[in-house]
Amino acid sequence: MSDRARRIIFFVGALPLAALLVLACLRLPPSGRGGSSYGDVINGAAADERHAADAVTAVNFDYRAFDTLGEEFILFTSVMGVVLLLRRSSEDDTEDDTDDKSANRQAPPTSDAVRALGLALVGLTVSFGLYIVTHGQVSPGGGFQGGVIIATGWMVLYLAGNAQTYCRLASPSLFEAVEALGAASYALVGAGALVAGMAYLANYVPLGPTPSTVRSGGTIALLSVAVGIEVSAGFIVLISTFLKEALAERQDQ
Amino acid sequence: MIEACLRWSAIALVAAIGPAVALTRDPRAQAITLTLYGLALTLLFFVLQAPDVALAQATVGAVALPLMVLLTLARMRRMDRDRDRGDDEEER
Repeated sequence: MSDRARRIIFFVGALPLAALLVLACLRLPPSGRGGSSYGDVINGAAADERHAADAVTAVNFDYRAFDTLGEEFILFTSVMGVVLLLRRSSEDDTEDDTDDKSANRQAPPTSDAVRALGLALVGLTVSFGLYIVTHGQVSPGGGFQGGVIIATGWMVLYLAGNAQTYCRLASPSLFEAVEALGAASYALVGAGALVAGMAYLANYVPLGPTPSTVRSGGTIALLSVAVGIEVSAGFIVLISTFLKEALAERQDQ
Repeated sequence: MIEACLRWSAIALVAAIGPAVALTRDPRAQAITLTLYGLALTLLFFVLQAPDVALAQATVGAVALPLMVLLTLARMRRMDRDRDRGDDEEER
């Protein structure tokens, strides 16, 4: 197909799509006033019923906690899939030797400035992640966002230190176990409601003080922490698996 | 008024950076423009009063996504080279 014909077909599809998108944007409801009555009900109920100031987290980890269970296991399964796909066969298994190497030049040494800044940032990043995980019911955030931020801490560690240190501190077998633990504890916290004689994933823990603090929200806080553990460990496993690929590639050169 | 201005500037920013990502030819450079696009989306979500979504977009768009793209490119380069090497051996 000629370049010209391809371009014509593209514009036949793209221009109506662009027009529709602009129309849709023009008809967005004004900020702060949604069209759904469900939103209004949740906004009114979450603070009183669940002692959770952030209605979004209340929906994720309480009213629609079962959906989040599914999403959590989607992530769990995809991390497992990546690890399986990228598993290196035993004959080209050189992963014990993870020095930064390349054929033509040495990997540039990390400058002291990057090292110092990185080490300062590791603690800051991880504590910020923990803050986001534990304050999901109070302010925007929650287990998923916080978990990714915690995993970023390990990333900074790799940038500030060297590959060897990183591989020692991010052993995939350890974090695979932690990830499984996080996923399992979500399901188990939900099953606790069955023991208490309630529906699966019902909120059976005392709701704590209101207006909400870190201790509020009952199972919302517990489930958020479970997701935080699962997501952070899952992302660390993902990053390590991919990094091993990149490091192995550098060695081959 | 200010709200509408903010909202439309955020939408315009997304509309401007989106094609820029598509027009970046080198995949490695594309990983960087993709992060800028993520940042613009974060701003848009924030202006539209969805801080939870904005936070998720910021973390995933700034960290996980570009990293995965870059590492996947590294993996593909290695596979290409392995295949080239295999071809050379066959020719001999």
